[in-house]
Amino acid sequence: MATHDVRITVNGAPQEGAVESRLLLVHWLRDVLRLTGTHIGCDTTHCGACTVLLDGEPVKSCTVLAVQADGREVQTVEGLEQNGTLHPLQEGFQQEHGLQCGFCTPGMLMTGRALLDRNADPSEADIRQAISGNLCRCTGYVSIVKSVEYAAAKLREGSAS
Amino acid sequence: MIPSAFDYHAPDTLDEAVALLERHGDEAKVLSGGQSLLPLLKLRLGDAGHLVDIGRIPGLTGITEADGYLRIGGATREADLERSDLIREKYPILLDTAAVIADPLVRNRATVGGNLAHGDPANDHPATMLALDAEVVARGPRGERTIPITRFFTGLFATALAPAEILTEIRIPVPPPRSGGAYVKLERKVGDYATAAAAVQVTLGGQGEIARIGIGLTNAGPTPIEATAAEGSLRGRQPDAAAIAEAARLAADATSPSADRRGSVEYKRDMARVLTGRAIHKAVQRAGGQ
Repeated sequence: MATHDVRITVNGAPQEGAVESRLLLVHWLRDVLRLTGTHIGCDTTHCGACTVLLDGEPVKSCTVLAVQADGREVQTVEGLEQNGTLHPLQEGFQQEHGLQCGFCTPGMLMTGRALLDRNADPSEADIRQAISGNLCRCTGYVSIVKSVEYAAAKLREGSAS
Repeated sequence: MIPSAFDYHAPDTLDEAVALLERHGDEAKVLSGGQSLLPLLKLRLGDAGHLVDIGRIPGLTGITEADGYLRIGGATREADLERSDLIREKYPILLDTAAVIADPLVRNRATVGGNLAHGDPANDHPATMLALDAEVVARGPRGERTIPITRFFTGLFATALAPAEILTEIRIPVPPPRSGGAYVKLERKVGDYATAAAAVQVTLGGQGEIARIGIGLTNAGPTPIEATAAEGSLRGRQPDAAAIAEAARLAADATSPSADRRGSVEYKRDMARVLTGRAIHKAVQRAGGQ
């Protein structure tokens, strides 16, 4: 069994360990680090429930090998909350009813985060385009779009003051 | 899902990567963005004893114009094409194409070279590269060679790349003034393969006639298809409605789609006709014609 030593920064903290070549990033996060906020939905690169940020870009962690993330930075949904304060996106999903079952939510949040990092004032079309690789099967996208808009407004407010 | 066991190599240089491919022969596969290969391995539709990851080799990414060519590094990500000002301003056909490949998350990993080297007739870049008359640069044990895109796709999931060759660059001739292109795809939803899609690149002559045209078709047969009869019918002619309709009909004649959940053979062939017509129209408009 081929293993590799990796060093990956996860939510700001360096993590080290040996991984099997075939270990998927999502399995490393969930099974090794016990960061189970990242969900496995379809497992076939369609649904986006497993979305994490790899060097700041949203990717499907079921379709990246853990070893490919060696030396890189990963952000998961667990890293959104800071010192007990929800990220404006999390607050937005709460206020605007951006979730029902919550299964797609970690992926939606991470994709939303990458969008807002790049574009502080996205249009509805920008948001819909950004989340077009994240499937929701119960809430519906209207509330999710509103949740992201809520977060964008709140973040702009914060940076203005 | 977990792939079968394999070994993973992350060489720092192309020479090292080629040597690994040579050493492991049929057992080895090149890992670029992994957005086609990893799902295949997970579903165990494919098998590899060794993955050679080219993602850490410097110099395999980038979008630049030099010596009369647009040069796209083989490991350039689709998302980089979408964000490139050069592509947006001068190569709208490539922006059209990148924007409809899979979904935005996949495009953050998927590479242009991988989209070609996978040899999948359902992938989107092959048709576009046929329309643009691109060349593919390959590096192997005997050095570097250039393969015209028209000779690159040799069968279903098969290309002209030798087993130990790596696609390092795509070269597209810089289009002359009064050129334009478009890629038009019909898909059931974001992330789906094309029901049908057409790529068209034109250059207009002094009288507004078609001086040069390339037409490529996606998912319309066992390989990406260049619609040569359709191209020939338009060359030297004014791109009026009748001429475009005739070329679109000839393009549909060149297809041999198979029926699946995206539609029947007849439906797909007719969609190839409709989309080819639209793509020609849009390409001509973008070239500054009517």
